[in-house]
Amino acid sequence: MAHETGGRGSRMALTKAWIAVRLHEELGLNKREAKDLVEGFFEEMRRALEMGEQVKLSGFGNFDLRSKSRRPGRNPKTGEPIPITARRVVTFRPGQKLKARVESYAGSIEH
Amino acid sequence: MTKSELIESLARKQLQLGSKDIELAVKSMLEHMAHALSLGQRIEIRGFGSFSLHYRPARVGRNPKSGEPVSLPAKHVPHFKPGKQLRERVNGRQGQKKRQTVEPARPTRA
Repeated sequence: MAHETGGRGSRMALTKAWIAVRLHEELGLNKREAKDLVEGFFEEMRRALEMGEQVKLSGFGNFDLRSKSRRPGRNPKTGEPIPITARRVVTFRPGQKLKARVESYAGSIEH
Repeated sequence: MTKSELIESLARKQLQLGSKDIELAVKSMLEHMAHALSLGQRIEIRGFGSFSLHYRPARVGRNPKSGEPVSLPAKHVPHFKPGKQLRERVNGRQGQKKRQTVEPARPTRA
């Protein structure tokens, strides 16, 4: 469990490619399978959310859907008022376990 | 959709891998993601979104029962920002599910 090592440095963001490498190394999946599985995992979640279904990953968190009604907005460049249309958005609610693991992090954050 | 439903659904599609392998892989992916966040590392999944930590400064809260003040230390909380493809699909622009009115080019998220 050390994707932060291996020459990439802890400041690199975790990506699909990197997760696939780990699956290849840890579970012996071939690279193609690992890559497809990582892609499939996120695609399944997108598909469920697209169909209006909440995604609940115990130990990690829930992806919920919220409907937002139309509201006034502005073009940030010109300041011109433009209404923001009604839309459906995804929100992530981290689970207790993930919150507890992250809470104690004391270092600086990469943005 | 729960984690086990996600695993079943993937197993139906990934015919070359057994459901046991898929279950292990899904758990491993989530563990890597949680671990990365616990180290303050960002997660960037193109087409899905990014996860990062947000800082919450120390504050004085209240015990909801007794009303007594409690000092709460500073902490970090996980934050998710949906990516473009996820935003668009959920909002029904590409999906067939939902009608949509015209949308401004790049609305501010104030």
